[in-house]
Amino acid sequence: MSLRTPLSEAKGLGSAKEGASHWWLQRLTAIALVPLAIWFAFAVACIGNASHAEVHAWLANPFIAVALILFIAATFYHTQLGLQVIVEDYVHGWLKVVTLIILNFLCIALAVVGIVALLKIFL
Amino acid sequence: MANNQRPLSPHLGIYKWPLAMAISILHRMTGVALAIGAVLMVAVFVTVAADPESYEWIRGILSSKTGKAFLFLWTFALFLHLCNGVRHLFWDAGYGFEKQTTFNSGVFTIIATAALTIAVWGYAYFF
Repeated sequence: MSLRTPLSEAKGLGSAKEGASHWWLQRLTAIALVPLAIWFAFAVACIGNASHAEVHAWLANPFIAVALILFIAATFYHTQLGLQVIVEDYVHGWLKVVTLIILNFLCIALAVVGIVALLKIFL
Repeated sequence: MANNQRPLSPHLGIYKWPLAMAISILHRMTGVALAIGAVLMVAVFVTVAADPESYEWIRGILSSKTGKAFLFLWTFALFLHLCNGVRHLFWDAGYGFEKQTTFNSGVFTIIATAALTIAVWGYAYFF
């Protein structure tokens, strides 16, 4: 057992080496979203004002389902990271912590709801 | 005693809006708008998974005039955020920091956004 205080043991160890992870994940999801978002916009424009049966059949295609699940995952990850930066800029104190918790829960919940809806159609 | 007659730094209101500032603010605003749009996207998937009646309900809303205006703004926001996002990726890689290049890439962002928005609605109209 060391007689040194926890602070003195932590001093000089440097950073946790995770400083760039938020920045990096924002870019990673951004790069993924470039082709996915362009495809999504044109795919929706193509299917347009379709009937329920047509949309259901379209979403049941495994390639479409996989692309959309990836799109939802990347979208909500990117959304969470982006909105977090905005909240950190304009909200302070305890309100910031509460807002960030709600934001995280909402983004994860919405992504899961979207993916489960697509899986229900696909399976 | 504080001297209240000292000159103040000019407030933001008196500056001419540079293109870079306008696009930067739009980037953030469209980001928030797209977050709201993402909720709607999930809502559409849920109605398709649920039953034809709830899908018809949301289809009715989206195919109305207000719904179409909303979808148009959505595509505009999506492409602006996307094009300016690519511009940011170039900056991240260390390119395009010169004053004239920054202005040119800003103009290109606006042109690419307009082109993609028109293309996607042209595609929706003709196919």
